[in-house]
Amino acid sequence: MAKLSVTNLSKTYAGGTQALKPCEFEIEDGEFVVLVGPSGCGKSTLLRMIAGLEDISTGDLRIGDRVVNDLDPADRDIAMVFQNYALYPHMTVRKNIGYGLKNRKVPADQIARKVEEAAEILNLTEYLERRPSQLSGGQRQRVAMGRAIVRDPSLFLFDEPLSNLDAKLRNQMRIEIRALQRRLGVTSVYVTHDQVEAMTMADRIFVLNGGVIEQTGTPSEIYNTPASTFVASFMGAPPMNLLSGARDRSGRLSFDGGEDLPVAPEIDHQGPLTIGIRPEDVTLDPAGVITFQAEIVEELGAQRLLHGKISGQPFSVAVNKDVEANVGTLRLGLKPAAIHLFDPETGARL
Amino acid sequence: MNKKFRLSSVFDHLILILGSLFMLLPVYLAFTTTSYDNVTIQTEGLKFWFGDKMGENFGDAMFTPGGFTGSITGSTMLMNSMILGIGFAVGKIALSMMAAYAIVYFRFRFAMLAFWAIFTTLLLPLEVRIVPSYEVVHGLGMTNNYTGLIVPLLASATGTFFFRQFFMSVPEELQEAARIDGAGPFKFFVDVLFPLSRTMIAAIFIIMFVYGWNQYLWPTLITTDESMFTLVRGIRQVLLSVVEGGEIPQFGRAMALAIIAMIPPVAIVVFFQNMFVKGLVDSDK
Repeated sequence: MAKLSVTNLSKTYAGGTQALKPCEFEIEDGEFVVLVGPSGCGKSTLLRMIAGLEDISTGDLRIGDRVVNDLDPADRDIAMVFQNYALYPHMTVRKNIGYGLKNRKVPADQIARKVEEAAEILNLTEYLERRPSQLSGGQRQRVAMGRAIVRDPSLFLFDEPLSNLDAKLRNQMRIEIRALQRRLGVTSVYVTHDQVEAMTMADRIFVLNGGVIEQTGTPSEIYNTPASTFVASFMGAPPMNLLSGARDRSGRLSFDGGEDLPVAPEIDHQGPLTIGIRPEDVTLDPAGVITFQAEIVEELGAQRLLHGKISGQPFSVAVNKDVEANVGTLRLGLKPAAIHLFDPETGARL
Repeated sequence: MNKKFRLSSVFDHLILILGSLFMLLPVYLAFTTTSYDNVTIQTEGLKFWFGDKMGENFGDAMFTPGGFTGSITGSTMLMNSMILGIGFAVGKIALSMMAAYAIVYFRFRFAMLAFWAIFTTLLLPLEVRIVPSYEVVHGLGMTNNYTGLIVPLLASATGTFFFRQFFMSVPEELQEAARIDGAGPFKFFVDVLFPLSRTMIAAIFIIMFVYGWNQYLWPTLITTDESMFTLVRGIRQVLLSVVEGGEIPQFGRAMALAIIAMIPPVAIVVFFQNMFVKGLVDSDK
């Protein structure tokens, strides 16, 4: 168990591209942090730097009290679960799980005991003598987990471990991993591009974009007060509606191309801005304050999505399955708290 | 009969059968001719049916000393050939595997250049560089011993290339996982890469064994001492020396040696056939 802290950490590749801009953060003992972002945002680079698979260009990386910048992956007291599991195809499950211990010269009887324990935890006992090729995707994933937990490391690293699984299994493994991490209390860093995984699993989410950590916060902080238009549109499904608008001297908020928005949070800003409204934060209300032209209705089962336009700008509304909705002109109601305002230039929250 | 009678498949089989006969007939003739004594062969030529001297000729071929100095038997030559074939194959595999490992897994300067340099040697087979090669080996005093017979032939562009392609197809995460599991480069090679390459190694072993076994030019140059002769070149010696001696050539014995020389490569291919195909077709990752 250990704290992970990073100061001024950055990564520049030999070609000159800066994959990760200098950043600072701390991850508390036992915390489950999810790094999320689109592909190429630097999240995997950051994880691999923590693992020691990528060199650190600048800054310090501490696991516990040790600066581990120049330590080999094997000496950092970490364990990693890979996207494609990276199991040794020619070894049985037992040997796969025990390989790390064997290399650390742990006595054979202890290895056997620890492997049995790990297999017990992961329901793999009956598969111990099989090869990875004889296992299903979920079982292989569990073997990869077993290889990580058997060493009892101070830090777990997960590199998109669920993206090779089908949707149903993914949901199940998500819960299993989370439960296991809670039970073992090991500090974990988990990389994913799937915002649902991030929201459901994390104690804290780091949203990365273009090599920069745009925002860190609990899932509800990220969801309720996104720090930028990027975070706002990346986290949440369907994504937040972003419309261009402006606020005049009298404090009146209006969408470009027409309508006023009578409810507005109090802020000290004049001129153009980006107005963000989550599809699920508005209600269909005949006495509502905005006019919405619904053009398409999408049935999702639990939800119904209406796609259309407000003042000529694309807008989506999510309503509950028991709310009747049809295309046509509708009125929408919303609360002031549902309106997020961003700087149109920088994308930063106002 | 439900099966469709297809003219084209009859034709295909006909070609295959004729091809096989064409390849096998000389072997059959050698085999049948072995069973006659030298005088009969000399006067009547090749024989299409078995005679009664089969055992005698094979026994002669294996155990009666012969050659110019009369100091070599078939079994010595067989052993020399075995040593050459196995040493050649094992050495080539070890060397090319290590070379490929270095090229694929280590980022050293000019790695690409090194690979292409190795690859270019395909353009320079032994026959092209035979004089300088001989000069070097002779200068090192390695004529007439196994080292001189095997070592100069060990560098293998083909093997290196095969292993390089195979290593590049092994997922990178495997090496990363091994690093995190505390396996250094040597352990990774021994514990992971080597077992993964098993079928590949078997396939290359077969090719290289046969290749080494059939070496003719190099052993002819490097071995002058008859006790170092390999089968493939020794057969000729059996015929030649006797012709010069003005006696009847020992055809039966030579034919027997030819048959014996064919057995090990054939046996190896037959026994390792499955692995061979597996190694070249799928690579069990």
